[in-house]
Amino acid sequence: MATMDNFLFISFPYLAFAVCIVGSIYRYKVTPFKYSSLSSQFLEDKKLFWSSIPFHWGIVALLVGHLMAFLIPQGVILWNSSPARLIALEITGFAFGLSVLVGLVRLYIRRIGNPRVSIVSNKMDMVLEVILILQVVLGLWIALGYRWGSSWFAATLSPYLWSLVKLNPDISAVSALPHVIKFHIVLAYLILFLIPFTRLVHFLVAPFHYIGRPYQQVIWYWDRKSIRSPETSWSKFRPKNN
Amino acid sequence: MDIRSQVSMIFHLDKCIGCHTCSIACKNIWTDRKGAEYMWWNNVETKPGTGYPTKWEDQEVYQGGWKKSGDSIELRGAGHKKSLLNIFHNPHMPVIDDYYEPFTYKYLDLIEAPDMPDQPTARPVSMITGKPIDIKMGPNWDDDMSGTPDYARKDPNLKGLSAAEQEAMFQLERLAFYYLPRICNHCLNPACVASCPSGAIYKRGEDGIVLINQNVCRAWRMCVTACPYKKTYYNWSSGKSEKCILCYPRLEAGHAPACMHSCVGRIRYLGVVLYDADKIHEVASCKEEDLVKAQLDMILDPFDPAVIQAAKKNGVADSTIKAAQYSPTYKFVKEWGLALPLHPEFRTLPMLFYVPPLLPVMASVKEINNKDQAAKAGPITKIWEDQWLYDTSTAELFGSIEQARMPMKYLANLFSAGDEAPVKDRLQKLMAVRIYRRWKTVGDIDQKKVDEVLKGVNLTYEKCDDIYYLTSLAKFDDRFVIPAAHREHAIEMLEFTGDRKGSTGFGFKENSALRGL
Repeated sequence: MATMDNFLFISFPYLAFAVCIVGSIYRYKVTPFKYSSLSSQFLEDKKLFWSSIPFHWGIVALLVGHLMAFLIPQGVILWNSSPARLIALEITGFAFGLSVLVGLVRLYIRRIGNPRVSIVSNKMDMVLEVILILQVVLGLWIALGYRWGSSWFAATLSPYLWSLVKLNPDISAVSALPHVIKFHIVLAYLILFLIPFTRLVHFLVAPFHYIGRPYQQVIWYWDRKSIRSPETSWSKFRPKNN
Repeated sequence: MDIRSQVSMIFHLDKCIGCHTCSIACKNIWTDRKGAEYMWWNNVETKPGTGYPTKWEDQEVYQGGWKKSGDSIELRGAGHKKSLLNIFHNPHMPVIDDYYEPFTYKYLDLIEAPDMPDQPTARPVSMITGKPIDIKMGPNWDDDMSGTPDYARKDPNLKGLSAAEQEAMFQLERLAFYYLPRICNHCLNPACVASCPSGAIYKRGEDGIVLINQNVCRAWRMCVTACPYKKTYYNWSSGKSEKCILCYPRLEAGHAPACMHSCVGRIRYLGVVLYDADKIHEVASCKEEDLVKAQLDMILDPFDPAVIQAAKKNGVADSTIKAAQYSPTYKFVKEWGLALPLHPEFRTLPMLFYVPPLLPVMASVKEINNKDQAAKAGPITKIWEDQWLYDTSTAELFGSIEQARMPMKYLANLFSAGDEAPVKDRLQKLMAVRIYRRWKTVGDIDQKKVDEVLKGVNLTYEKCDDIYYLTSLAKFDDRFVIPAAHREHAIEMLEFTGDRKGSTGFGFKENSALRGL
């Protein structure tokens, strides 16, 4: 059992992280054409709205929540010191979890049920959707059965994750956790591992740079200010089209 | 002044016969692929009609183009905030059913069907799912269907026409239509470029062609919404947006784009114009009634020494300046003032101009009283209750512009943001050239009348001859004045040829001085 735990909670996260980083960069360099999610909105629009929206906003909220507990555990514990705030946080998290579950299940049904959408689906899309559904079901189960997740995550899991970051893994706390939670953690590493092999890469290229970009983009193949200037030396800017 | 050159087009609508040869030439070269079957980078619509995709001009539905916001403009359905908030589901995106589900037929069934008493049939199958479908719509099913309730009467350009005017347009005796071929307008203020969150769409500085970098496109689909002309298409198979590339590989090699090259009616002209890029934002943001004039004013005189000097300073090649001086586009748009942009109110500053359709002119519609005639008829005689006559025997050979069967307001909604004056001006000029030519060739019109007509529209005999030549007789090289990105330079527009130099012949690419370790 200890060997298994060592593999799942020490080797596997490092492996998953390495594969994710190397794989994502490699795929970006080698097949930029396929570095996105294949949108099917053009083929089916109506069902997508009540699936994609609850799923995406929910998963964004949940990821931010988990990240907060990882990055600022003290802050979360402090927030949870008042029972009202703790329950508010847990209910919010649970609501987002439900929204993700509803969205994912609807997406899955749409993907297998709509003939047009199933044409643009591949096996990995289906596998990924099942893994994500499983993961969110586990998350909801944990939230219901092992209270209060936000507090013990900050107290137990955050130190473990930091020990991984500091390259000094300490799995004593994790080994003692119930199997459901262990499964949830391992599945998270698996998803990390799968990123470069699935459509998940699309979130790595989320277009935040658009906010600061001027609307119009013009690309010149030559430096138009110097190309016709007599002072420009031949070797510096070779004139083209002249 | 920031002078740039722009490849710009003229479509002469009086000459378009609606044969779709352009569409097929384009389809055969560029969009006969999986995921692109439904794309018609070039399409031809019957107007009045709903067009392709259905009712594309209705921005209440599709939310395309720019709208005025204070002194500036903003994208109607996309933009920095809207695009990112709607990134998980684009609420204004057209879906495949707004175009049509691409289909083919199971032709092999005709050959391989077993011997049986009935004729074998080739069932239509969807090119998306491969399953049999009932075909609901095709890319040009509005062809020649003016007057029909499904197409013509749903035309968004009927806005502003009174009910009586609309009714009159669709009466069988008065019914008129014309064809509107459309490609990407390669706008100066393109909404597709502005809406792309990934920054995959760009305008080529050298010739102004708008392109999508397929490696950078990440399928956020905002360009499909933003383009008010619906000329960016989403490839459902590759997950990338695609659009008309103005056959740039052909242009760089000195050939006309395929749609223009193949045009049977020779309605298409292509040439460069010089414009002042500093004015783009100002012009795009001006008041709606000034839009047409401001856009045409942006195009500069390529013979003006100040313009030439500024262009040279900005790196515009001599060959391009020369092409601008011979440009048919410049002549039609500026010198003669015969062409107008399509839907300038979308504020993208389209660089494809249309000569509005004048035809039919050999007849007019007259109000008459049929009552006396009807009274004489017997009880079983078919009588026309309509009180007008389609008259082909007027004393004036050419009917007046006001009597044209296509209401001026309708044309104005298409070509000048609802302002009738520019359209009327263009049509009067076209008519004047006809009267001049009739006088010259047939001679049954008085010269005094010709002089009077030409004076009214500010044309001279020489200008009329030029217009007549370029409209009716022009050869290939007159219609397509392609700036010199010669074939030998074409590669240089994409990569540095020094990288290739010295890479063929004998020897090794490695340093030959290094042998062994």
